[in-house]
Amino acid sequence: MCTYETERIAVTGSAKGAEGWFRATDATVYYDHPVHFGAGHALMVDVINPSLGASSRVGLELDAGSARELAMAILRSLDGVPAGLLEK
Amino acid sequence: MTSNLRAETIYFDSYDGQSVEAYLASTESDDKVGGVVVIHHFPGYDEATKEIVRKFAANGYNAICVNLYSRESPRESSDDAAAAARARGGVPDAQLVGDVGAAAAYLRSLSGSNQKVGVIGYCSGGRQSVLAACSLELDAAVDCYGAFVVMDPPESSGMKATSIVPLLGNLSCPLLGLFGLEDQYPSPEQTETLRGLLAEHAKEFTFHEYEGAGHAFFAVDRPSYRPEVATEAWGEIWKFYGQYLSGKK
Repeated sequence: MCTYETERIAVTGSAKGAEGWFRATDATVYYDHPVHFGAGHALMVDVINPSLGASSRVGLELDAGSARELAMAILRSLDGVPAGLLEK
Repeated sequence: MTSNLRAETIYFDSYDGQSVEAYLASTESDDKVGGVVVIHHFPGYDEATKEIVRKFAANGYNAICVNLYSRESPRESSDDAAAAARARGGVPDAQLVGDVGAAAAYLRSLSGSNQKVGVIGYCSGGRQSVLAACSLELDAAVDCYGAFVVMDPPESSGMKATSIVPLLGNLSCPLLGLFGLEDQYPSPEQTETLRGLLAEHAKEFTFHEYEGAGHAFFAVDRPSYRPEVATEAWGEIWKFYGQYLSGKK
């Protein structure tokens, strides 16, 4: 199925796409049909900068378990940062 | 019978004067033939869609698919363009109708055209095929598992698309619907609702719902592909278009 559900957030940072580094302004997250990963559905993350064109994108297609592990690893990394080092 | 064909990328001016990219496959025939506007799926104007366009030409039709994302993402890869389109909430309905109308006019302008034009769409294109047939004068329409024909997408999706229910009374041509019983977008219940609404409007339609198939059973490059179902459903398409797109107008 096509879920059409898309989480969209504003982000601050940089991402490295096919043409090199770019300033990332947005990210979308959705569970739908992957383009490359050989599964019926996958958790997709696109880190993008729409003002630079569609190819300013870093795309991820992960199975649901991997996506959860990645999300938890990100949170563990942030939770482990010594007090005073987190800038935002 | 397989026909010789010519396939190429073209650019033509759409309804708003903007140049849009399209993939055209024309059949080699001494007879005047029907045309088919192919509407690509949500994941974009990709290789599998171009193969579908060529398949129509190999089977004796002139076929065209507009890159619906080419305005905002010209010369971008189909996956990047689709991701950008998703972030924008998809293609506005008025733009879709305008592009399909311009593509149909392009097909009718070909010297080998019999002036009959059908439309077919897959996934989000299935809904857009019904939308086009409710907004334009066409000769036959095929909806391949289009979701959100009889209900709006959830608000949280950010999609610009809305239900087509208010327009169904304007359906200008016979409709063939091809659906997988294991699909939830659209679900069998939603297909039943559409069937009831079309009957209320006394519209001509034929629906086929296939067991063992879910969404995107035509998609040869995806795990959802169901070859037996797809082959049977292609047979229904040839029968349907043979009835409504052949001969003289």
